[in-house]
Amino acid sequence: MTEFFINGFLVFLLVVIALIAIQSIKVFSTVMLAGAYSLISAIIFVSLDAVDVAFTEAAVGAGLSTVLYIAAMKHLPKREKVVNDNTLFALVVCLVVGCLLIWASFDLPQIGDPMAPIHQHVGPYYITNTKNDMGIPNLVTGVLASYRGYDTLGETVVIFTAGLGVLLLLGDGRNNRDENE
Amino acid sequence: MNDDPILRVCTKIIVGPIVLFGLYVQFHGDYGPGGGFQAGVIVAAGFILHSLIFGLKEGRKLVSERINLIIMVLGVLLYGGVGLISLYYNSEYLDYSILAHDTKHGQHIGILLIEFGVGLTVAGVMLILFHLFSSWKGDSK
Amino acid sequence: MIHGILGIWNYWIVIILMMTGLFIVISRHNLVKKMVGLTIFQTSVFLFYISLGKVQGGTAPILTGYKNTLYSNPLPHVLILTAIVVGVATTALGLALILRIKNEYGTIEENEIASLNTEENSK
Repeated sequence: MTEFFINGFLVFLLVVIALIAIQSIKVFSTVMLAGAYSLISAIIFVSLDAVDVAFTEAAVGAGLSTVLYIAAMKHLPKREKVVNDNTLFALVVCLVVGCLLIWASFDLPQIGDPMAPIHQHVGPYYITNTKNDMGIPNLVTGVLASYRGYDTLGETVVIFTAGLGVLLLLGDGRNNRDENE
Repeated sequence: MNDDPILRVCTKIIVGPIVLFGLYVQFHGDYGPGGGFQAGVIVAAGFILHSLIFGLKEGRKLVSERINLIIMVLGVLLYGGVGLISLYYNSEYLDYSILAHDTKHGQHIGILLIEFGVGLTVAGVMLILFHLFSSWKGDSK
Repeated sequence: MIHGILGIWNYWIVIILMMTGLFIVISRHNLVKKMVGLTIFQTSVFLFYISLGKVQGGTAPILTGYKNTLYSNPLPHVLILTAIVVGVATTALGLALILRIKNEYGTIEENEIASLNTEENSK
């Protein structure tokens, strides 16, 4: 019962933050609200038993992403110019998509149901076989590094590509000129 | 770039433990929450804090741009290289079982090495992203 | 029916959050606010995905050494870890592009950029 109230309060906070972020005109406060959004969803991840994901979301979403936004905003305008010509169209699109998703959500299993199809096929295999194959307690690291190692290789290359891309866009090409002469 | 003595002293005290905590998270990712990504971000956060308080030039003296690029590349090469070693020993790409005498030890070694590679790349990329965004001049090139 | 809804109300709230993020992306013209809306959308999708993997009475997927512990499914956690990191990569590239756009056009409001573009094309 307490868990229900805690989760409910945190999700209510999330909805309030998202609604304030829609109509805030200063860009700086929008960025800060996004950081707060990430932090509170990290807390919700902990209550959903996803400790690795909470760790990563708090470090990356609430920490590093906010730092990048603020570092980039040094040269960007501080207030947005509000032009409300798109609001009705956006509202209609969001309502239609939202209703379609809610209609589709009636087929989903109840939250926490141990007999749901998602827990029947690959999940139990990873849970029972990690100890015999690898002997490490953290199942998420075992799956990430060994059972699904290719995905992690791809993800590392994606992060590397993002670094390369930003180097090409924002670097000024004088990386090697000064040091070799 | 900051003259406030409280900020300077606190930063000097805390940057070391931040990097130490990052290394702890990296190597204990097998036994508790953690792993390469989280560790890379934490180590980068330590260096970013140092750059924020003492200035971008001092930050670049600590980790020069060349070292930063080398770290970024070394992580991906380490990860790919572990897979190539498996190919050399007549097994599949990224099969860790043949890296040691025993399957479990081989898996341990393989996971440790690749998580270290991931941590290096993530730390290098986050640091270089911060420095690029902060030192952008904003005039036409 | 009421019992059915009590089990899926959390999905509905996450859908509301997703739609809020989508609304910011579509309706606002400032490029940085669009990026923030995309971040909110992404994080809500992560919430949705992780709540699919929760098992009632389960614990975090780290082996405790006791028999008969119920663990939450580790597979959604792995997929979302990758997604979070890819999300920050996208954010970084998007912000770099916004900085170059500001250099080129002098503004980051999307309607002004579109009208500047059509002026250039019609010249």
